[in-house]
Amino acid sequence: MGAQLRVYTQRIKSAQTTKKITRAMELISASRIQKAQARVAASGPYSRAITRAVSAVATYSNVDHVLTTEPEKIERAAVVIFASDRGLAGAFSSQVLRQANELTELLQSQGKEVTYFLVGRKSVAYFAFRKRASEGQWTGGTDSPSFETAQEIGQALLKSFLTDASEGGVDEIHVVYNRFVSMVTQTPEVVRLLPLEVVEGVEEPDSKTVLPLYEFEPDAANVLDALLPVYIESRLFNAMLQSAASEHAARQKAMKSASDNADKLITDYTRLRNNARQAEITQQIAEIVGGADALSGAK
Amino acid sequence: MASSKLQVSVVAADHEVWSGQASMVVAKTVEGEIGILPGHEPMLAVLAEGQVRVTTDNGQKITADASDGFLSVENNTVTVVAGNASLVK
Repeated sequence: MGAQLRVYTQRIKSAQTTKKITRAMELISASRIQKAQARVAASGPYSRAITRAVSAVATYSNVDHVLTTEPEKIERAAVVIFASDRGLAGAFSSQVLRQANELTELLQSQGKEVTYFLVGRKSVAYFAFRKRASEGQWTGGTDSPSFETAQEIGQALLKSFLTDASEGGVDEIHVVYNRFVSMVTQTPEVVRLLPLEVVEGVEEPDSKTVLPLYEFEPDAANVLDALLPVYIESRLFNAMLQSAASEHAARQKAMKSASDNADKLITDYTRLRNNARQAEITQQIAEIVGGADALSGAK
Repeated sequence: MASSKLQVSVVAADHEVWSGQASMVVAKTVEGEIGILPGHEPMLAVLAEGQVRVTTDNGQKITADASDGFLSVENNTVTVVAGNASLVK
């Protein structure tokens, strides 16, 4: 077998192996999207109930809460980035990181210092490579997030928020994540988490129904104290679920186009290989004919 | 006038634990146990760690564990919201 022929055969083999992997990943992601979407839907009643309750308290009481009051001067802002644990998901992680960088520039132009909280191995690696500092990191489980992780993140954020800026706390918290729009579109989104802007970005309770006058137990301030951290956890959890669904959708899309590309490569190389084989045969015939001519001429 | 049924749903962070009609809900708030019958005034209460007991309209009793959550009552709709909630078998 000629050298050229061997090279083509190798290329075809390698494309075939790659295709096997990408095809498998595509199928796995496709089956997990359904599950991830179901989880987003299942967390709906919880976040709706909480949003409704929070807006009820906020509307019907004049309690000034530290989580809802805008600080006079914002010195430091925190950015929470939800990326993925694993790659091979197209622009999934990079578009979130790009959005986060834009946000950082914006915040810095307003004279704010920026600190980071990272979720997902990809964002951690991105920061480690550029030797940028971060305050908190959570890795593992971005493809099926647990509520415990959301609670952990929420507590860390609250702790930082309630610390004074002079002692290293933050005055503002932003969240950057991929929102699941459809199977083909996932858009990176920035949401300001704290100070709270109640009922923003989530499904609002129907504005026509008037909220009833509530009785609070023990009292409005205490209820708000208990509700707001829960509300934040629920928002974070929702962001994580959306991000997980987006991750699977992005991976499925990326792997599908990778498989298609592998298919195309295989076809192209097979043609080239056939060409090379034919050329080799033609050359061999020419050599035999030439040889026979030379022999018959010598007689 | 208040109708004679409560519409109850118990939801946890990642799923709905139970929902249906009930005649009475007993829950433990930070101030003590509270029983809710149809026609109760709108209320928001912080739950203490403990059990929520629901008596369904056919007399069946359902118990759920609920922690770090709250309870809201309005228009005969009772929502028990808890980060972690599960039915007790």
